[in-house]
Amino acid sequence: MTTLAIHNGRVIDPALGRDGIADLVIVDGRISRVGPNEGDMVVEAERIDASGLVVAPGFVDLHVHLREPGFEYKETIASGTAAAARGGYTTVCAMPNTRPPLDSRAAVESVLREAEASARVRVLPIGCITSGRAGKELAPAGELAGAGVVALSDDGDAVADPSLMRHALEYSTRFGLPVAQHCEDPRLVRDGQMHEGWVATRLGLRGRPASAEETFVARDIALAELTGAHLHICHVSTAGSVALIRAARERGAHVTAEVTPHHLTLSHEEVAFGGSYAELTYDTNAKVNPPLREESDLEALIAALRDGVIDAVATDHAPHATIDKEIEFDLAAPGISGLETAFGLAMRLVHEGRLSLPTLVERLTVGPVRAWGLDRRHGLEGLGTLAPGALGDLVLLDPEADWTVDPERFASRGRNTPLAGRTLRGGVVATVFGGRLVHQTERAVAL
Amino acid sequence: MPDPALVLDAEGIRRAVTRLGHEIVEANRGVDDLVLVGIQSRGVTLAERIASAIEAFEHRRPPTGALDVTMHRDDFARSGLRQTPRPTRLPAIEGKIVVLVDDVLYTGRTIRAAMDTLNDYGRPAVIRLVVLVDRGHRELPIRADLVGKNIPTARFDDVRVLLNEEDGRDAVEVVPGKVEA
Amino acid sequence: MTTEITSRVAGSRRHNARTSESPRTDAWNHTDILDLDDFTREEIDTVLELADRMREILDRRIARVPALRGFTVVNLFYEPSTRTRASFELAGKVLGADVLSLSASTSSVQKGESLIDTVRTMRAMRADAIVIRHAMAGAPYLAAKHTDASIINAGDGAHAHPTQALLDLYTMRRHVGELAGKRVVMVGDIAHSRVARSDLWGLAAVGAEVVVCGPPTLLPRGLRAGDRPAHAESALPPVTIETDADRAIAGADVVMALRLQSERQEGGLLPSLHEYAQHYQVTAERLARAQPNHLLMHPGPKNEGIEISGAVAKGSHSIIEEQVTNGVAVRMALLYLLSGGKELPGEAAPAREEARR
Repeated sequence: MTTLAIHNGRVIDPALGRDGIADLVIVDGRISRVGPNEGDMVVEAERIDASGLVVAPGFVDLHVHLREPGFEYKETIASGTAAAARGGYTTVCAMPNTRPPLDSRAAVESVLREAEASARVRVLPIGCITSGRAGKELAPAGELAGAGVVALSDDGDAVADPSLMRHALEYSTRFGLPVAQHCEDPRLVRDGQMHEGWVATRLGLRGRPASAEETFVARDIALAELTGAHLHICHVSTAGSVALIRAARERGAHVTAEVTPHHLTLSHEEVAFGGSYAELTYDTNAKVNPPLREESDLEALIAALRDGVIDAVATDHAPHATIDKEIEFDLAAPGISGLETAFGLAMRLVHEGRLSLPTLVERLTVGPVRAWGLDRRHGLEGLGTLAPGALGDLVLLDPEADWTVDPERFASRGRNTPLAGRTLRGGVVATVFGGRLVHQTERAVAL
Repeated sequence: MPDPALVLDAEGIRRAVTRLGHEIVEANRGVDDLVLVGIQSRGVTLAERIASAIEAFEHRRPPTGALDVTMHRDDFARSGLRQTPRPTRLPAIEGKIVVLVDDVLYTGRTIRAAMDTLNDYGRPAVIRLVVLVDRGHRELPIRADLVGKNIPTARFDDVRVLLNEEDGRDAVEVVPGKVEA
Repeated sequence: MTTEITSRVAGSRRHNARTSESPRTDAWNHTDILDLDDFTREEIDTVLELADRMREILDRRIARVPALRGFTVVNLFYEPSTRTRASFELAGKVLGADVLSLSASTSSVQKGESLIDTVRTMRAMRADAIVIRHAMAGAPYLAAKHTDASIINAGDGAHAHPTQALLDLYTMRRHVGELAGKRVVMVGDIAHSRVARSDLWGLAAVGAEVVVCGPPTLLPRGLRAGDRPAHAESALPPVTIETDADRAIAGADVVMALRLQSERQEGGLLPSLHEYAQHYQVTAERLARAQPNHLLMHPGPKNEGIEISGAVAKGSHSIIEEQVTNGVAVRMALLYLLSGGKELPGEAAPAREEARR
């Protein structure tokens, strides 16, 4: 019997409405007891002093790219999950845009086997909507569900054919899988490189209009309502999308949504000015799809996250190698390596008073879990909560810690972040997965 | 900074200019085919003054021109600063007797550059060199045909030629430079 | 922010009366020429004055001086170009520089020969200035970040073409003198025009009143100041936007027709070239509404009969050919300015006095 006792932390467990100083005891990988002085009752235990820290359920990320198999030069399951642990994540859902893509039982099982061998935290695979992510014919959703995928998505490529999307949604209902769509109409995006607006004009870069996202959000909501399926909108980025999702949810449509820390906090100006306005940067590390938008979009996204119209903060962790980024802007791969900066970046909203810490924790934990019904899966009961009997996944946070982003120290192989050198307030002190410490900083004090 | 030593005052410059005018006409046996070309910037002023001096006693003014040699300097990479070229205005020089006029003769590089520049405009019959001050330290096999005043200097002394038209007064001064280490 | 554009004060040129040297080129603070957005009025004046001297050299019997002897210019063109490339080659050669021209196809870039590698290789071969033409916006910025050779942007995607803008300014100024308050009208494909973008910065710096005119599908978003948030108002140059060419051209001192690429029709941005010509071609009838002594310009290569009528292109107001000659002079001036202050490897900087005389 192994026991871990965490003393005197501010325990925030949104699922149970708990927010207060308490001890937390984990026995054999599961939460055993939570409450004031509970730790003192345990005689023999590994102990951590969490005074001044926040204790929360381990974060759950609905949207990461682990790149393995096929793109191990960008990231591996080992390095990606190490980055997750550093970022406070204990569960990550892995997108299927690998090579080969996860459109078959064999491909999914190989990822699960590799995760078993090398992952630092839990990996839940997502299967393709269409075979080879080619947007032509449906991937075998039943086979994928049997192999253990938790959702279906063609990720970076939206299913453009409306009829095929309709059928994908319809078919998914048989297996209870959410269909996660990257909503951007490729025919409106064309070869757009960043948000269409004054910054794109300033830089002479072709734009991706907000309407490219909104038309697909509207279309897919209509299809979800037609079919009664569960549509999940990935990385919502515009005020218009927020309005559509809000209305759909008010009508009772089964639509869930996520937003990334970068879309909540960084605008399209990041691409040109890197925050300083001193010179044009053409920062390929701020190139991401959907693109960083305008201040008014950020406002709407934050409000939607606060109201629960958006269920989850998801990173869309998209690691890339230097050779993918240190090239011409048009050629650079889109994406941000986001797992290790997610909490610090999202905490900006808390420090600015625009989001409460418990709400942020909810959107990082039980919010995503319930959006996809992950806690209804066998072995994942209580995921995203600190209820007795739940998985011993938790994170120790220091909301006031200032730290400087140094990509060279990332566990991720992807050093592609527009935040290099910036100071973030809010850090992950330690991450516990299944009752074991999988990440800790010097700030974590063992007793 | 050490005080400058006055080596030629306004009157001294006036006399030198007049004498140079006489010597040019004498060497050329008249004003025919003579063209005075000043090197930008103070050489141009001196050429005009010499032309006026000649006009005073010959009652004919030789044509004058201005030559900028900035673009013909071969030391751009070492100079550490760019100079803005001034205009070049030249009368016809083909087959003429061109008298180059400059304020200070030092390393000789400016004069070499001036001769290169002239060749881009035409082929004079003869090129002569007249300077107000020769301060020595030549780096090229160049000498002046006529000199207003020879001034012995140390390598890093600063020789300043001040002319009324540009500097508000006439004077030639030497500012002692740092002793070579 | 890029507010300097409005806050810059043109200082007086400083003439050094202490010594007998020419005035220094004080108003110059660039090691690269990426765009005109960071050029002061004073710096533009420096370039244009210097271009005058360079024209003088071009008019000589033997137009060749050794000013840039030992200076190496590499033309790195990822996009076909005749006039810009020839113009830089000639500019370098007249000044005595070594000029090397490379045509790199963008496809070779996509095969993994990175721009950074190429630029670093050129620098290792002692290139002092690298002139880059690239189909992708921002490519020269990327190059400048990875080399200490001077980078000159000879056109990057739809972003900027600063040397063209300077030669446009130079050509305008030779004819109309002071440009402050003059009405300059650009007609055509504003959205895809790097020339228009750089011209806007240059014209803003010298205080001209600029009007851009084109069909709504060829106007970039966010150009109208009111379409930007307040803090970004000065992030783009001030400009009046018109979609009616007759109204735009009325009262113009300078009219510039921009090249229309036929792809625009294929891309669905225009119904037809014929319809474009009807509404936006710069014609004698339209120019009749301009100032009587107006100037007509075109950055070339032009499609006569589409964006400009053949008659006006060859007419008495046209200064299109002069733009080409002036291009060489302006590029000479830029190379000359960039060459300053650079030491060749292994040569120690001598005392200033020696350099002077």
